[in-house]
Amino acid sequence: MTDARKIGDVILKVDNISLRFGGVKALTDISFDVREHEIRAIIGPNGAGKSSMLNVINGVYTPQEGTITFHGEVRQDMDTHQAAENGIARTFQNIALFTGMTVLDNIMTGRNLKIKSTFIEQAFWFGRARREEIENRKKVEEIIDFLQLQSVRKTPVARLPYGIKKRVELARALAAEPTMLLLDEPMAGMNVEEKQDMCRFVLDTNDQFGTTIVLIEHDMGVVMDISDRVVVLDYGKKIGDGTPNEVRNNPDVIKAYLGAH
Amino acid sequence: MEIFLRFLEVLISGLLSGVMYSLVALGFVLIYKASGVFNFAQGAMVFFAALTTVGVTEKFGVPLWVAIPIAIVIMALLGLAIEKFVLRPLVNQPDITLFMATIGLTFFIEGLAQLVWGSTVRPLELGIPDVPIEWLLDKAGMFISFFDLVAAGICAVLVTALVLLFNKTKIGRALRAVADDHQAALSVGIPLHHVWGIVWAVAGFIALVAGLLWGSRNGVQFALTFVALKALPVLILGGFTSVPGAIVGGLIIGATEKLAEVYIGPLVGGGIEGWFPYVLALLFLLVRPEGLFGEKIIRRI
Repeated sequence: MTDARKIGDVILKVDNISLRFGGVKALTDISFDVREHEIRAIIGPNGAGKSSMLNVINGVYTPQEGTITFHGEVRQDMDTHQAAENGIARTFQNIALFTGMTVLDNIMTGRNLKIKSTFIEQAFWFGRARREEIENRKKVEEIIDFLQLQSVRKTPVARLPYGIKKRVELARALAAEPTMLLLDEPMAGMNVEEKQDMCRFVLDTNDQFGTTIVLIEHDMGVVMDISDRVVVLDYGKKIGDGTPNEVRNNPDVIKAYLGAH
Repeated sequence: MEIFLRFLEVLISGLLSGVMYSLVALGFVLIYKASGVFNFAQGAMVFFAALTTVGVTEKFGVPLWVAIPIAIVIMALLGLAIEKFVLRPLVNQPDITLFMATIGLTFFIEGLAQLVWGSTVRPLELGIPDVPIEWLLDKAGMFISFFDLVAAGICAVLVTALVLLFNKTKIGRALRAVADDHQAALSVGIPLHHVWGIVWAVAGFIALVAGLLWGSRNGVQFALTFVALKALPVLILGGFTSVPGAIVGGLIIGATEKLAEVYIGPLVGGGIEGWFPYVLALLFLLVRPEGLFGEKIIRRI
């Protein structure tokens, strides 16, 4: 982390979010905020509601109670498409790539919202269509360089190993030039080397593009190393919030992770 | 020379009727590309479209050139309604669920069509004469229908438009993305419902064109829904995801079934045309299951 990276004002605030699936309480009265340019982690044991929380921010789930404030705009729930338009991009816990397409095409889909020309222009390759396509390709190539995906550029995604797929997913998210990036367990199932690579990419993204990052992670070591602040969930409730050091010494957190003694 | 001309005549008329199969197959390809689902209801839509056109001319006494635009609007609305009331609630469900939904839709559309317009067989006169082209008849003694030629022309225009739409536009890329993974498509800001709406409306339009051509040839009747069954071997040959595949598949099926009927038919007592395409499709499945132009399915094991 460089000193140049300055953490700014609060850009995302969730207030008193409660989410139920029938009788199951996935989240109960959760509130926290995310500041501009920071890396904010959500941790917790299995089934703590981490992914649910991310899906609420992304608009996949609609919470029964609470509000989401993004860039000053207060919402009851976020629409997935709206979230994308507002500069929120994400990756998925179980990789969700377009498996039939090449790496390049997958990343190009991330530029979808940047295309403003009409389909007539695109079909006949004139007007804005041409300029846009060149611009978009340039941006995508930059991202491919940034994430070192050059060698697999034209490979269909289904052929790639797990770790690379995760990286392609990150690339697709970055192609949208998001202001906020939601990462759902970006290092899950990776070996040590792949984890190190991914950590580096997450930090570089944050550093070079100033992207605000909200990430869910199982690996405590990783979280404590790269995050600025950490929210801890357990059984759908918030049990801790603060810097990695504060959280590490929080008795409730220790209890949740090590079990009651 | 005589034998060669006879062969040529059978081949050409086969190819031209194959174009009509392609037209039906195109409707399937479109939906399959956008949602990864075999739309069982495509045949019913062809029937519905033809019946609606005829029904409008009968009920309101308007000429065909007024009825057709009305039918286009109705088909587009039907497509949008299917998206809103059937597909939208099923986002993120497995493909088989969507497939079952289209089966239900088939019966609904068939019932609706007959409920509104009645179930009698009706003629449809497009004003394109189904007669041999005289010039060819005089010069070479070949019977090639003028109607088939016009149908082929219409089909060519449609295909060109679709190829441009799929390969050159943002909608094309969005379609492939949506077919692969709904959630991921939404996350990159692809407006899923918008895309599906467009696709179903276009599929409705293609069904209309197919319905009009087939209806004017065979009469507008319930049997039009079975035309869709002929599209199956076409799709197996061409690949479910390929627009050019649907065309080439249709041409192959059209030509081979006519040739088989004329040259193999007499040896086995005729009636080959009805089943030959399916046998061909079966053989093809053994050799190249993804079709001529279909996307190869890649899996890491």
